[in-house]
Amino acid sequence: MTVGEPMKMSIAELEEQARVLRRDIITCTTIAGSGHPSSSLSGVEIMAALYFGGVMRYDPAEPHWAKRDRLIMSKGHASPLLYVVLAHAGYFSTDLLETLRQIGSPLEGHPNMSRLPGVEASTGSLGQGLSIGLGHAFAARIENADNHVFVILGDGEQDEGQIWEAAMTAAHYKLDNVTAIVDHNKAQQTGWVRDVLDYSPLAEKWQAFQWDTQEIDGHDMEAVLDALQRAKATQGRPSCIIAHTVKGKGVSFVEADYSYHGKALTKEEEQRALEELGWQ
Amino acid sequence: MAVKPDIEFKMGKATRDAFGAALREAGKTNADIVVVDGDVNNSTRTEWFAQEFPERFINVGIAESNLVGIGAGLAACGKLPVIASFACFIMCNGYDQLRMSVAFPNLNVKVVGSHAGISIGEDGPSQMAIEDVALALGLPTFTVIVPADEPSTLKAVSAMLDSVGPAYMRVGRPDVPVVYGDDPDFTLGKANELRSGNDITLIANGIMVSAALEAAHALAKAGVEARVLDMHTARPLDVEAVTRAARETGKIVVAEEHLVQCGLGSVVAMAAAEHAPCAMAFVGVENTYAESGDPDALLEKYGLTAQHIVAKAQSLL
Ligand SMILES: Cc1ncc(C[n+]2csc(CCOP(=O)(O)OP(=O)(O)O)c2C)c(N)n1
Ligand SMILES: [Mg+2]
Repeated sequence: MTVGEPMKMSIAELEEQARVLRRDIITCTTIAGSGHPSSSLSGVEIMAALYFGGVMRYDPAEPHWAKRDRLIMSKGHASPLLYVVLAHAGYFSTDLLETLRQIGSPLEGHPNMSRLPGVEASTGSLGQGLSIGLGHAFAARIENADNHVFVILGDGEQDEGQIWEAAMTAAHYKLDNVTAIVDHNKAQQTGWVRDVLDYSPLAEKWQAFQWDTQEIDGHDMEAVLDALQRAKATQGRPSCIIAHTVKGKGVSFVEADYSYHGKALTKEEEQRALEELGWQ
Repeated sequence: MAVKPDIEFKMGKATRDAFGAALREAGKTNADIVVVDGDVNNSTRTEWFAQEFPERFINVGIAESNLVGIGAGLAACGKLPVIASFACFIMCNGYDQLRMSVAFPNLNVKVVGSHAGISIGEDGPSQMAIEDVALALGLPTFTVIVPADEPSTLKAVSAMLDSVGPAYMRVGRPDVPVVYGDDPDFTLGKANELRSGNDITLIANGIMVSAALEAAHALAKAGVEARVLDMHTARPLDVEAVTRAARETGKIVVAEEHLVQCGLGSVVAMAAAEHAPCAMAFVGVENTYAESGDPDALLEKYGLTAQHIVAKAQSLL
């Protein structure tokens, strides 16, 4: 890959890459014995499309390259997803994945930008990533630069008021270099989103906040790619992609049960999960 | 995952478990209690209250500033709100609301922060409150409570619910050693002397109480008799116990699972400085955030073990 040229896989290659990412999310959290695999599995297609589908401009050899696009994982507990993607993108060796959550490892339970290249924001307290993204977007605007900022939000995270403060700010300032992607996996920590705090209709809210809003199947790679390209090209206002996803996607027993939130799979569950994903 | 001492303490449950159990018990006799949580009820253990009294439980979702404000309104209507989340989120995200809506009007809101300190381990620094006691002390009308173990937390919860006015209680995630017998004496603002001694005083709260006892045990082998005080209430502080310790033992080490610059050590040092200045040393998280890792390994790395207390004590002897 030449500097600045986004890595661009075909749809078939991206789908295979997604399968690899899912495997690595599961194995690294099982080795760690804790973590948030289910929250990570729902965002795999989105992250694969961003990093490997030709959407984002970045250079792992130069993590602070000024022209890079930004990805902010506001739902920081999905750190395994971020880490496996950064590893496969070349920011660091995939060998590091097995040190997840161990003392001394830069792969902390939640992303720490001071310790790991490619991490654009330290997150883990929900609700904060979009505002940080706006800061990046304003900085780019001041510099007349064309960096695009992508922020991945949880659907439970939508409960946080700060997100809506940021939503109003981005619309007022017509920050069209920002895209918020809601990983709408229908579950949060203590239950299904509609039971914990039913804030529907979600897309209508983002629309009412004057964001260009698309609703897609977040596991349909082509739909994800199309939506991201449209969001990047949208002018005059920020973009929101509501990606309908399944928490724990690819692992049937995790998909069915929200109480897998924040739990690593046991060795035995890991085997079953890898079988379901076609790895054995 | 548990925080393990060397001397033979019986392991007890986590202080969050004791909080959850005591709260459920209190709900049976006090119909005014309303519990509010922010989508972490399975972690804070308020779900045990919720299961029994669903009509008096509110999950507001992941929205801590809203959570605190709702607590303020409930208290203004004569309810007894117990509002809970991770210590870092409720104190940091809800702080302006704690200040303006709760502390300033002196409303009877009981704030409980769980998963405090670095002993949560693998989830890492973003989830570790190491400044919550400082923040609570920054709210002048608040009582500030950091219980040590399961039996004393059971008592601390009742004492907090019986008291009038805003209060903050910090509880932890891992199972911790039991330092008290069943049904210990517990009075807010009154330190418990867990070991007598006149050579030095070790003052601690939270998980550092068992570490202080362990340190006293080690010091005794070297002929040093350490007094150990469980200073479970940082405000109102038991100034009398501090003054007596300073006068009678001449040396004090304070240990806490919190930033060392702005927690229990600071208020104890102020009391001693004012009433009976003496040699002091402090054990806590030095000016840093911690990291992810095994809880015991983190406590070791960040200087929060009995050995660290012993070393500080020896520096004063
Ligand atoms: C401010 C804040 N409050 C509470 C938490 C604890 N917490 C971690 S993950 C989570 C649920 C997140 O749900 P969602 O945003 O839907 O993400 P998902 O795991 O479903 O992708 C909660 C409540 C937190 N990390 N930050
Ligand atoms: Mg969700």
